[in-house]
Amino acid sequence: MASTVEARETRQPWILLSPALTAIVLLLIIPLAFIVVYSFWLRTAAGSEQVGFYLDNWKEALTDSFYRDILLSTLRIALITTIACALLGYPCAYFIARSKSGNKTLLLLMLILPFWISYIIRTMSWINILGVSGALNTLLVNSGLLAEPLQLLYNEPSVILGLVHFLLPFMVLNVYVSLEGIDESLESAARSLGCTSWQSFLEVTLPLSLPGLAAGGLLCFVLAAGTYITPLVLGGARDAMFANLVYEAIIVQLNWPLGSALSLMLLFVLGLVVTVYNRFVGMGQIAKSFGQE
Amino acid sequence: MTTPAVELVDIVKRFGAITALQPMSLTLPEGSFVTLLGPSGCGKTTTLRMVAGLLDPSAGEIRIKGKRVNETPIHKRNLGLVFQNYALFPHKTVYDNVAFGLRYRDIERSQIKKLVNEALDLVQLPSLGDRYPKQLSGGQQQRIALARAIVIKPDVLLLDEPLSALDANLREDMRVELKRIQHQLGITTLFVTHDQSEALAMSDTIVVMSAGNVEQVGAPEEVYNTPSSEFVARFLGASNIIESRTLSVDGEHAMVEARDFGNVPVPIERVRNAITGRESKLVIRAEFLTLNKTDKTPADGVLSVNGQVETVDYQGQAVRYFVRVGDRQLQAINMIDGHPFAEGETVSIHVRPRDCALLPGAIT
Ligand SMILES: Nc1ncnc2c1ncn2[C@@H]1O[C@H](COP(=O)(O)OP(=O)(O)OP(=O)(O)O)[C@@H](O)[C@H]1O
Ligand SMILES: [Mg+2]
Repeated sequence: MASTVEARETRQPWILLSPALTAIVLLLIIPLAFIVVYSFWLRTAAGSEQVGFYLDNWKEALTDSFYRDILLSTLRIALITTIACALLGYPCAYFIARSKSGNKTLLLLMLILPFWISYIIRTMSWINILGVSGALNTLLVNSGLLAEPLQLLYNEPSVILGLVHFLLPFMVLNVYVSLEGIDESLESAARSLGCTSWQSFLEVTLPLSLPGLAAGGLLCFVLAAGTYITPLVLGGARDAMFANLVYEAIIVQLNWPLGSALSLMLLFVLGLVVTVYNRFVGMGQIAKSFGQE
Repeated sequence: MTTPAVELVDIVKRFGAITALQPMSLTLPEGSFVTLLGPSGCGKTTTLRMVAGLLDPSAGEIRIKGKRVNETPIHKRNLGLVFQNYALFPHKTVYDNVAFGLRYRDIERSQIKKLVNEALDLVQLPSLGDRYPKQLSGGQQQRIALARAIVIKPDVLLLDEPLSALDANLREDMRVELKRIQHQLGITTLFVTHDQSEALAMSDTIVVMSAGNVEQVGAPEEVYNTPSSEFVARFLGASNIIESRTLSVDGEHAMVEARDFGNVPVPIERVRNAITGRESKLVIRAEFLTLNKTDKTPADGVLSVNGQVETVDYQGQAVRYFVRVGDRQLQAINMIDGHPFAEGETVSIHVRPRDCALLPGAIT
């Protein structure tokens, strides 16, 4: 009797997981396997693909300094974006976490509301704000503060601005969840022992919310490093990020083998970041932000 | 006369339209152990948090050591605070938790070490300094929380239901322990609980509260024996409250005519506001009603009434009986000697008049 119960208990998680596993295998693992295979094919000068095991794409991707430089600048932009999100998102999350429960729902709703609009549209909206004939320039010129409109778009800052705009909610939600999990009486205890409210924040609240900050940071970093839409819409010719190279290779040049190698390279680098993160922080906090303990 | 450690003068707390605390005044003499006792929502925590500085009173004055502290922020009040959920810092070791308050005072490192070790000795956990709170049992966490609060030598120790998260046995041990430490340090303590036995066992003074009002302030035996209201009588232990009419009052007794029991001479020190001819309430604690076989004649002066046992509730050494007398049920808690009575049995209920107390007014 007992053994059948046990057998059922070990079987059950697999039964429950199977729809998700099937989806992951069909939609992620198998396409990924195709990409791996593709990356060893070769595109001939004539434009056809040669099936086989060639290392040419990999050699190009790994040795050409053009790719290396763009990879490094992609990581730099992702890092700056992450730091900006942390600095802007933390106070915002703190404010929401400390609001009255009625306002809290409203504020969280406002945070999630932009997700109802396409990411591309949200990104393009900056053109109406920062463009040469956009809202900001029109205002500055009409009010006489400027003689000529400023070129605010199509540079690295405008790409970072777009990324921060896109990623800030991820940071805020992660930090918010970790702040919500901190027992309020801890700060009261610190205060009663002699801390000012700022000291008790530094001693108690900040360290206990670091896992949320780290989780938000990881999400922002990985999503920023993998994006191609923001640099495409808001960046200039020199602001391409690594995913733009993949896009360029596959969509524009139709060079699937090279695009595959490049995308695997990005996947590997980001996988490394996640691994290092997991080693030092653990993935538990991210699961928490999505509602699991 | 020395200045009291804490004085509350007509403090009021309103949350919007709700008044959580009606004007309340209370004095905690230096070194005393005062307990706020009352049912959930009566304003105990609110009162404690105002003393702590976590809440501002809407009106009234709070004085600590004779000085008004209404405007003093919490971190300058020098208080020890212990919470129901311990509130230990999970990211700090036991040692760092206890040392926390000392680091915010001008104390040398070596001195901090000595004080922390002394505090850990005092709570009898000298060897746990390196552990994290998560690695401790509930009882150990509670002791560390206490050590953290007392190591700073606070002017007042504030405890909000510190024992209620512990299981029953541990709770009784900690009760003794807490009282020992409090006594040893001679520290003025304001303790909050809704557990009457905790309050009776530990306090010098009990403040019984109900719905934002103070019902009675007094020593445990005073509050227990001479409740000032029906609420207090019912809240502290099981009481029977019987309608009566005051017949006469003299220097020694108030003679009342109580339903079923007849004429009862209640000793005057246990009588509140008896007015001849008016309605009153006779309070008899369940422990003072004894059940007897019907053929046993009561001793001289002892009142008796017959009843039928309806429910028998074993409680270890004692039994709680619910006995039907006329159209009402009385509670009696008796020690077990020999055979307890069975359900359905007819018994003779005895009570000595000197074990009764008298309250004014009709039963509510
Ligand atoms: N922040 C607040 N806002 C509004 N009402 C409050 C607030 N805090 C407490 N109250 C109300 O004040 C009253 C007293 O609350 P308090 O927490 O002091 O009760 P308590 O005696 O400590 O109860 P318990 O034994 O359940 O802890 C309650 O009716 C409560 O609902
Ligand atoms: Mg409370």
